[in-house]
Formats: sequence, structure tokens, C-alpha cells
Amino acid sequence: MAKITASERVNLARMAERPKALDYINEIFTDFMELHGDRNFGDDKSIIGGIAYLGDSSKKISDFPVTVIGEQKGKNVKENMERNFGMCNPEGYRKALRLMKQAEKFGRPIITFIDTPGAYPGMGAEERGQGEAIARNLMEMSELEVPIICVVIGEGSSGGALAIGVGDRVVMLENAVYSILSPEGFASILYKDASKAKEAAENMKITAQDLKKLNVIDKIISEPEGGAQNDLKQVASSLKEYIIKTIKELEKISKDELVQERYNKFRKMGQY
Amino acid sequence: MVIDKIKKVNKQEKQEKNEKASDMMIGKWIKCDNCKQILYKEEVHNNFSVCPNCGKHFRISSRRRIKQIADEGTFEEIGAEVETQDPLNFDGYLKKIETLREKTKINEAVKCGTCEINGEKAVLAVMDSNFMMGSMGSCVGERITLAIEKSIELKLPLVIFCVSGGARMQEGIISLMQMAKTSAALAKHNKAGLLYISILTDPTTGGVTASFASLGDVILSEPNALIGFAGPRVIEQTINQKLPEGFQRSEFLLEHGFIDKIVERKDMKETLYKIIKLHKKEVK
Repeated sequence: MAKITASERVNLARMAERPKALDYINEIFTDFMELHGDRNFGDDKSIIGGIAYLGDSSKKISDFPVTVIGEQKGKNVKENMERNFGMCNPEGYRKALRLMKQAEKFGRPIITFIDTPGAYPGMGAEERGQGEAIARNLMEMSELEVPIICVVIGEGSSGGALAIGVGDRVVMLENAVYSILSPEGFASILYKDASKAKEAAENMKITAQDLKKLNVIDKIISEPEGGAQNDLKQVASSLKEYIIKTIKELEKISKDELVQERYNKFRKMGQY
Repeated sequence: MVIDKIKKVNKQEKQEKNEKASDMMIGKWIKCDNCKQILYKEEVHNNFSVCPNCGKHFRISSRRRIKQIADEGTFEEIGAEVETQDPLNFDGYLKKIETLREKTKINEAVKCGTCEINGEKAVLAVMDSNFMMGSMGSCVGERITLAIEKSIELKLPLVIFCVSGGARMQEGIISLMQMAKTSAALAKHNKAGLLYISILTDPTTGGVTASFASLGDVILSEPNALIGFAGPRVIEQTINQKLPEGFQRSEFLLEHGFIDKIVERKDMKETLYKIIKLHKKEVK
């Protein structure tokens, strides 16, 4: 198979047909029940969350309860308008945090699906404290006493991605990208020319392969040729296998160790 | 004659001179960009680098800030050994850093250390907008984290002066991860029951706003500082309209409940001292 360039992966990661958070949730979990609202302002539809069961009867692993959170993009214009293209407002991150704290209270592992062009840069978002909402999540997630697995399924861009990305394991689908901001934004800032996005993508180290080398992520989940949309069941199945196996591993260590190891994981980043 | 003059100034003076130059325009006079008044520079500096005419708070270097806040001779640096990294092998980045260091005599966008504030011991971190617009890459993240950890170790209050354009683009995803790293360290600091005062100065935006800047037990700000997550230009492009006057300024954030108090620079040290003193626990 020909080598796929970083900018080709950006295109794959953003494809309308590419499976979104809900597609994976429906494949991997059973009885997903969506829970709404941040209890302060509203319900942000660009981020979904709820409770579900996870298990694998073929491997004799009985169902156990989990909390699931995902940034949800649409597959067409209408859906995207409703989902705000997966760009969250502060109440979205606060809903996610509320559900994560709830998971901690009841001892449920947390699985997050990251897929966003970034936090929404709107007036309301600023008025309601976009920066504070993201910061609060980073701080609180680092201390949750339950296993957290974060999966970048499409586009993981900027603080909006990281806001649900502080986990014990961070994994990426083979064609997903994870970056400080979009290649277009990067190009317009550093090259003063947004049309140089392709060049930016190649230099930014945003592919799963690059990020594995930088130790920013722990694992790459492979996709079929042409992308995840060509075989959702297969991708979901390997993801499910990985998630179950990892949660079982993480549940063996004490809460204190779990939190300390998560701290150490992020503590090392940028220290060489 | 010029050469003789240069030879005379010792290294220390040279450094101070360079930093002064990077603070504001070179020359004895400056023009306030707010009220357009022509001001005698020395007078401005003696007034905490605040315009004596209109009260505009000019941006100041970390060196000057430390001088304003820490008791004389008490500042001991933490993390000076941490170097700038180049995880993306980004074309020209390290060279740019080198040139900037030469020019400004500042070695990175934050300076941290232990100090005393009116006799009260504290850990102080001061960002510097003269260096890559105070952007946070691995060095800034690491130094801030070391400062937080030092403050936990010594059970001292933590004071961070924020000024930043956000995460440093040239270090890509590693800059983004500094947000998680510093916030996680603050979680530990918080759990230890220690005081953290965050001061937002002009401008505090992006990844710094979305991490340690917003996590203070007490959040102060200088007057009329630009504070936000997304920059005003990005928002205007997104919503396709001009932002109202004062949007994302300190007074706006106070109104919306995101900062505790706006403090003028001349009162900053005394205010910090008062807050630290109130939180002081008697050591048994």
C-alpha cells in the first residue's frame, strides 16, 4: 500500500462518511443511555455523554457499566448545523466533566471519543468562560480515581480535544490526526498563508504514527484500506477488544497508583 | 568614542539596558498608545510602567515585574536550566530562539523562583511577552510545573503572572500537552491545601487561559487586559461581525464572573501580601 501523507490523513479524518462518535458507541457498547445538560446553562449537542454497558460474551467477559463521552460531528450539513460541527461551547465541556465526576462517584471507567475541529470561538463561548471550562477539565481529569481511556477517532484539534483527552491511555485510529490546531490555522499563523495547510500538515507531526514516536499516544488502532468507513465493524471490534483489555489491566492497580501514573504520563511530556 | 562607552558598561548594566529597550521604545520619550500623550520614559518607569496621564498599564518584562513584586534580593530562580526544545524539528525555530535571546537578553517566556513578598515567602512565576509573545512551549510548561512542584514541596503559596498569546505553535502537540501537565500539577497543589493566586495581564489568551491561568484560588487582573480563549480576530472571522468595545477585557471578565478583582499595578504587591497573609497557617 502506498504511503499516505499527513495531509491525506487530514482529509480522511475529516471525511463526512467517516464514522462518528455515536457510530462507535452503538457498535461497542450496549444499552447506551444519553444524559443531558451541564446543570448550569444548557445542553451542548456537539458533545454527547451517557451510561452504557461494556462486555464481550464471546470471551466470557460479562457486561459492566461504563460512562461514555464523545464529541459528535454530523455527517451532512443539517446534522452538522445541529452539532455545531463538533465544536463545543463551555457547557459541553462542563457536561462532560459532570458525567465524569458521576462516573467516579459510582466507580465506572470512562471512555472518551475525540473528534473536533476545536473549541468553538464564539462570543457566547467567551462570555461563559471557554478557557476556564477547558482548564477545569484538565485539572479534574488528572485526578479522577477511575480508569480513563481516550480515543481520537477523527480530528483532534487544540484545547477542545484535550479537554476530554487526559486519560490513562490515549489511543488513535490509524488515520486520525491530533494537533495543536488545524493545519490551516497553523499555516496562517506561522507561514502567514492559510493555503499552505498541506505543507503545515507534513511538518506538524499530527499523524498517529508521529505521535506514537513522540510518546503522546499509547496505541494505534488499524483501519481498513481507504479508511474506517469501509469497515466500521472491524475497527469497532478491535477498539472494543483494546478498551476491555486495558480497563481490566487498569482495574488491577490501586486508585492512588492509577492517578499517580496518569500524572507521570503527562508530567514527562516535553521533558527529554 | 562609542566603543569606549560600550566597554565601560558592565554585563549587568548591558543586560538591564537591553531589557529596558525591549520593554518599550528606545529613547528618552515615549508616546502612550492609548492617550497619545508624549511621556518622559523615566517618569513612566517610576510609575510602575503605567501612563501617568491615562493609567494605561504598559506591558513589562519579567525582570521589571519581579523587581516590583519580590522583596529586594530575595528572588532565587527555579528551572533556569530547562532549555527550549524543538520536538517538530521546525525549520528555523531554534535559530529564532537564539536570535531573540541575543536581542532581548531574556532566555525564555517565563522566569520562576522563590521569593519574599513583604517578608512572606512564596513561589513566583512571571511570564514575559517580549519572548515569543509569552507563548507556552515545553520549556515554559516545564518551568511552571517545576515551580508548582517546588511550592508543594516547600508548602508555599504560588503566584503566577500570566501574559501569553497561547500555546507555542512551533512545538506543536508538545505545547498542547503542557496545558495538561501544568493543570495536573495544580491539581496536586490544590489537594495539598495550598494557595494559588493567578494574575492575568495583557494579553492572556489561548492555551494559557485554558490551563493554569484560569485555575487560581484567587484570580486577579490588571485593568483593561485582554483575556480570553479565542483571539478577537478569530471570533470576528467566525461570527462575521465586529466585537463590541471592551469585549474580553478585564472589566468584562469581572462582570461575567471569571475574575475576583481588578488590581492596579501600584497596588499589586500589597494586595498579594494581604491575600497571602490571610491564608497563612500557623506551623505547629
